Amino acid sequence: MSEDLLAIADRVVAMAKPGEQIEAVVVRGTETEIRVFGGDVESLSSAQSQGVGIRIVVDGRQGFAYAGSLDESAIAETLADARDNVSFATFDEFAGLAEPDGVVIPVLDLHREAMVSFATADKIALAIELERVVMAADPRISGIESAEYADSISEAAIASSAGIRTAGSETSCFLATYAMATEGDETQTGFGFSVGREPSDLTPSAAAIEAAERATRMLGAVQPPSGRLTVVLDPWVTAQFLGILGHTLDGESVLKGRSLFAERLGESVGSSLLTLIDDPTDVRSFTATDADGEGLAARRNVLIENGVLQKFVHNAYSARRAGTVSTGNAVRGFKSTPSVGCLSVSLVPGISEPAALIAGIDDGVLVQEVSGLHSGVNPVSGDFSTGAEGLRIRNGELAEPVREFTIASTLQKMLRDVQAVGSDLQFLPMNATGVSLVVADLTVSGS
Amino acid sequence: MIEQLVLEEVLGVAMRTGGEFAEVFAEDRRNASAVLDDGRVEELTSGRDRGAGIRVVVGDTTGFAHTADLTEAGLIAAAEAAAAAARGGGGGTNIVALDRRSASRGYDIETYPGDVPKARKVELLGRANDAARAVGGAISQVSVSYGDNRRHILVANSDGLFVEDDTVRTFFAVSCVATGDAGMQTGRESVGHTIGFEMFDMYDVDQLARNAADRALTKLAARPAPSGQMPVVIGSGGGGVLFHEACGHGLEADLVAKGASVFRGRVGQQVASKGVTVVDDGTMEREWGNIAVDDEGNPAQRNVLIEDGVLTDYMWDHLRARKEGRRSSGNGRRQSYQNLPMVRMTNTYLLAGEEDPESIIASTPKGVYVKHLGGGQVNTATGDFVFGMTEAYLIEDGKITEPLREGNLIGNGPEVLQRIDALGNDFAMGPPGTCGKDGQGVPVGDGVPTLRVSSLTIGGTAA
Repeated sequence: MSEDLLAIADRVVAMAKPGEQIEAVVVRGTETEIRVFGGDVESLSSAQSQGVGIRIVVDGRQGFAYAGSLDESAIAETLADARDNVSFATFDEFAGLAEPDGVVIPVLDLHREAMVSFATADKIALAIELERVVMAADPRISGIESAEYADSISEAAIASSAGIRTAGSETSCFLATYAMATEGDETQTGFGFSVGREPSDLTPSAAAIEAAERATRMLGAVQPPSGRLTVVLDPWVTAQFLGILGHTLDGESVLKGRSLFAERLGESVGSSLLTLIDDPTDVRSFTATDADGEGLAARRNVLIENGVLQKFVHNAYSARRAGTVSTGNAVRGFKSTPSVGCLSVSLVPGISEPAALIAGIDDGVLVQEVSGLHSGVNPVSGDFSTGAEGLRIRNGELAEPVREFTIASTLQKMLRDVQAVGSDLQFLPMNATGVSLVVADLTVSGS
Repeated sequence: MIEQLVLEEVLGVAMRTGGEFAEVFAEDRRNASAVLDDGRVEELTSGRDRGAGIRVVVGDTTGFAHTADLTEAGLIAAAEAAAAAARGGGGGTNIVALDRRSASRGYDIETYPGDVPKARKVELLGRANDAARAVGGAISQVSVSYGDNRRHILVANSDGLFVEDDTVRTFFAVSCVATGDAGMQTGRESVGHTIGFEMFDMYDVDQLARNAADRALTKLAARPAPSGQMPVVIGSGGGGVLFHEACGHGLEADLVAKGASVFRGRVGQQVASKGVTVVDDGTMEREWGNIAVDDEGNPAQRNVLIEDGVLTDYMWDHLRARKEGRRSSGNGRRQSYQNLPMVRMTNTYLLAGEEDPESIIASTPKGVYVKHLGGGQVNTATGDFVFGMTEAYLIEDGKITEPLREGNLIGNGPEVLQRIDALGNDFAMGPPGTCGKDGQGVPVGDGVPTLRVSSLTIGGTAA
């Protein structure tokens, strides 16, 4: 079904002039987003979008241009712009496109026809059901900040003069809601979601009940005193930290002197309980894909094994510069050249259920939400400090809710301070998978 | 971009199934950017996005569709899709007659970046890179980015509104890494204005680069920030994001209407210290959040949100204002034609007070001086918000002393607004920002004078 996109990419590549390396990325997406409020549709957006990105390399110089259109005149203009941009880049002996590396692109079950044929009325019904269950979950639920259903069908094709030629289609959908719980003057919020590749994967009631429970259990929250505590990060929070940790392991950051792990391959960088993998071929992951942003096969890479740093991820350029091979980690949309990044990062789970993890802690905090990660985590220095809310842990049990505090440490120290990894892998609408994580000696700043 | 007769036809189709309001928003946007990193100009990127978003409102339901096809057939198909999504009951045809208006922002663009040779843009990158590296051997990495965009928009709606606008923005940023015995630290400087290439007559790129390098170097010697509550002095121009998060988002009428704001029902009440006046002003000339009209075609306004500590009004878009039977405040914005508009800020700032900034610091025995804040985030329903400090120092015995490493500060909006106990006479606008809401980013500006909050929780690691 993405064959027409591949044909467009082929046509662009065929326009290469002598001495030009050329790569075309052609994408098309169909998206639906439905927001409901008060039992009715608040907004329903349905849209098809498309675009093309063209990269040209001539004699070690790279130029790029894109257009949000696939008509012939837009493609011609984009090609001319990319050509013109080439001459302004600095010569770089490592500049160039990805070369086929013989790794076979895996056949993954990422496209579901059931998603394509699912009726709009049924999508609306899912969103309305989500809101209904939230509202009915607890008398203290005062409303919803949002309740939405969203899906997408994403097609992409990549072809290049270096011999890359691949196309694929992926479907995905999710339900997400923010519930509000109110008692007296106080309101608290909680988030719940459900992700899948087709609507039958979704569980509106579980998402709704989770949101309601997260909101209601925060009622009466107080600011905790400052101190150093053992913290349990819930899967949603762990996933956000893993996303940032992934950035510190990308080959481009390492080469450019922006990774705090640059000189540490083969060394212990964390607790022996930590095994970190990037595996976009795990179809349970929301961001699973068969090929990376340069059309090389996606693959499973072990980055940290039992606490020892094993590997950085690379795209074709960073690999060439580092004297190694691409790990299939080119990341891009059609509006940019490929960067390097983890595609679907996850910890190998441990054996303990969350309740068992909590039972082992005398005095700690379960963090269920963090805020300000973009301003509070510096992936270059490793310093971090984020807003947090959650529940106090006393004598192995969940106790009073706490809010308006921060948790702080450095990424380096945090990896060493990991005391347990839970068994509760959770797949989320992002490029990292969640799991409960116990971290000792985080600084809690509160009253 | 689109003929008036075609727009009238398309709006008629959008209203045919019983719509109460329909709108065509068309956009033609050109972006150019250039990045120098690791000593190399990595690439120049040019891009163009063109298309239209059509919405139809029936009761409380909005149907929306967008298309990159701006032909009459493409627009009519999108109008039919939007009308179907709004599930109108069917109400016969609706004749729309448009009344063309002009948009004005009170100043002219002097040099369109599209007319500037690419080589001149690239030259700026090289100069900044050289200047940053010249600051010292501890500067181990430099990244410089240049960007400009020109955004032509057209809004036509079933109320007869028809307006077009052309906006030009220019941006420049330098990021440095400094390496020392205790690891790496970062420093950044960015400028952005709603003007053309004449921005570089206002700034010396060498100086911008040195500022970024100095910030990284200063932090190499920084100690961990304290943990716990203490007075915080925020520097002029460096901390407008505090108000953006502490009250700005909570004053957006869409969140208020859902009960998702701690400021709900508080118009007319004292919500901040006396002397605190907060304004959102899309008309502020040349600033990053400047707009001539918003993305619903309404003229930009200067809106006083809090006056002398009293909450005077929320910010409104078309949909919320229409429901309340009032006018939009010119705050309906969207990231692109692919998005529905919502209530958004423009340039949000706190007016100056009368105190000498030096005396505010001198009268603070112990605390933290934050010269530059980073980004922030707020939960509008609880009012809890965080913001990062990217350049901060200890205040000891009324003097600025040691630099501090990065960290977040956390507070509760309504509480923090009541704890502002000093306002300087030195107002300045801060660096350009991108405000994110529901996944849409729009350019915003902010500004503050030097000010003091009597108590905030600082999220460092030092006891």
